[in-house]
Amino acid sequence: MTDATATRRPRAPRNQWWDVWDQFKTHKGALFGSVVFVLTLALVLFGPWLWDADPRLTNIRARNQGMSWAHPFGTDQLGRDIFARIIAGGKTTLAVGMAAMVLSMILGTLVGVLSGFFKRLDGPLMRLTDLFLALPLLPLLLLMVMLFREPLVLSFGPETGIFLLIVTAIAITSWMNTARIVRGEVLSIKEREFVLAARSIGTPPRRIITRHILPSILSPIMVSATLGIANAVITESALSFLGLGFPPDFPTWGRLLQDGMPYINLYPSRVLWPALALSALVLSVNYIGDGLRDALDPRIRGR
Amino acid sequence: MLTFAIRRILTAIPTLIFISLVLFLVLEAAPGDPLADMPLTIPPEVREKIRLAMGLGEPWYVRYVLWLNNFFVTEPLYWFDRTFDTAFAEGRQRILSYQTRSPVFDTIAERLPQTLLVVGSGMLIGILIALPIGVISAYRQYSWFDQLGTFISMIGFSIPTFVTGVVLIVIFAVWIPNSSPFWLPTIFDTSLKVTDWDSFVTQIRQMILPVTVLALYYAAQISRYMRSAMLDNLGQDYVRTARAKGMTESVVVLIHVLRNSMIPVVTVITLLIPGVFTGAIITETIFKVNGIGQQLLLSLQGNDAPMVLTITFIFAVLIVTFNLIADVLYGLLDPRIRYD
Repeated sequence: MTDATATRRPRAPRNQWWDVWDQFKTHKGALFGSVVFVLTLALVLFGPWLWDADPRLTNIRARNQGMSWAHPFGTDQLGRDIFARIIAGGKTTLAVGMAAMVLSMILGTLVGVLSGFFKRLDGPLMRLTDLFLALPLLPLLLLMVMLFREPLVLSFGPETGIFLLIVTAIAITSWMNTARIVRGEVLSIKEREFVLAARSIGTPPRRIITRHILPSILSPIMVSATLGIANAVITESALSFLGLGFPPDFPTWGRLLQDGMPYINLYPSRVLWPALALSALVLSVNYIGDGLRDALDPRIRGR
Repeated sequence: MLTFAIRRILTAIPTLIFISLVLFLVLEAAPGDPLADMPLTIPPEVREKIRLAMGLGEPWYVRYVLWLNNFFVTEPLYWFDRTFDTAFAEGRQRILSYQTRSPVFDTIAERLPQTLLVVGSGMLIGILIALPIGVISAYRQYSWFDQLGTFISMIGFSIPTFVTGVVLIVIFAVWIPNSSPFWLPTIFDTSLKVTDWDSFVTQIRQMILPVTVLALYYAAQISRYMRSAMLDNLGQDYVRTARAKGMTESVVVLIHVLRNSMIPVVTVITLLIPGVFTGAIITETIFKVNGIGQQLLLSLQGNDAPMVLTITFIFAVLIVTFNLIADVLYGLLDPRIRYD
């Protein structure tokens, strides 16, 4: 029986994500960006197996070496292998970027959906969003990191404590744009007939939101999430560059850049490698975001 | 329009007061002790007296109201006295820095000119580059110029200033030898006085790198907006009408389309202006410009609460003010927009 129906329908109905993928493929920058992003991800995830040098192993006798087979990117002033440090740094950078993005999306979507769906919450929540948008963000981030560094490091240890602090700080200062976009989408979707139909059969608001509204606003959230990674990575690197990020034992690309700054005259390659890695990552993520925005826009798709 | 502007100004005041309260409370939660860098030989009772003399004996809400009073009443009075030679602020306590024990606003006044000079010219040059690029990119959409322009603006938009700054330092100060005329200094010398042609050239040379970094960043942002605003307008009916009337292409593009496309771009530029002060922290740190951003970083590291509070609050005032200006300007420039 099942065989017969399968032969009668030669092509399976196409999922809408296949259309999105078709449109995404036509954006060259986005394709290139995805390749670079996947390569970076692969380097960071599988790098420790390919290159098993210890990023924290100091070897004063082998300090300040140039490029060689033993150390592809050379060694730093304490003889640590720079390639291994870049791999380890990428892991932290990407982890911070992803975690901060997820947290910021959750916050932004929550505020956006609540203020779009419940009229009573709209006023206060949007006032709050405007208030956050008026804060001087970079100084505030510096302030937060400066002040809460010690208590968190004492209670969670240097790595976890600073990770939690930076991720939370970035998320708290970057959810506002997502909230505004989501609110706008929810306001327009909520008036559609299918929501009215769901409401008329007595669906509680909680289920209308999770079953009907959230799937419909997925595409702006996805675009916002991609750009959120770029923003989080840049912010974390800026903090590390200003010396307020991770300690030197847990390098990130921004931290490596800062560590290389005093030696920029003698060993310029020491700052160029992390700078290149960071730029490639942010550029690729931004291109993916551009491509996704085009691909997820039904007015552009199919043309 | 007027009622809208008045309503916006009235909502801006509680916003600012709330922001100042948040900043004050965050600083209040700081574990740092402003007396920590004093010698340990000071006996505890003297230390307590110093603490009282710094005004730390009062509860936080008293100090907060005092700070508000200082910021909004005393400091403007001092400024008024100095300009018009009066004596209204006689004997009033000003906001003092913990680190230097001198009025916070004196330090800010010393540092503001460098920030304005470097970051302001960076932004100005960025705008001047961005506008023609945006216009040509949109007019010749998908041409090689547009492809190149979009690519470069994507780079400038994605790559943070601390990466472009570092790369420029490596190119112009490390790889190019010191003796070459293309070598550029990477440390900003504030004590340089422009008196003759030579010192003027030195001043320009030391400004090139930081200004380039900022100009690239601003040009990238603004040219993206300019391009999309031009594209929005080029497809409109009035453009076809203007062409049908027999107007020359330059009149159509440069007068009809450009003027309408400038409306959102002017708003974006207005919104970017507070960034001249806040976003410059990183650029000032890289090129060692002793501007207001660098001072903020130094005060943060030195636990100098009054200085940090005042500078961040000034940033907040700028952001709120320019948001307000952008809103009003948008309504003034575009008659289709009605707020009421």
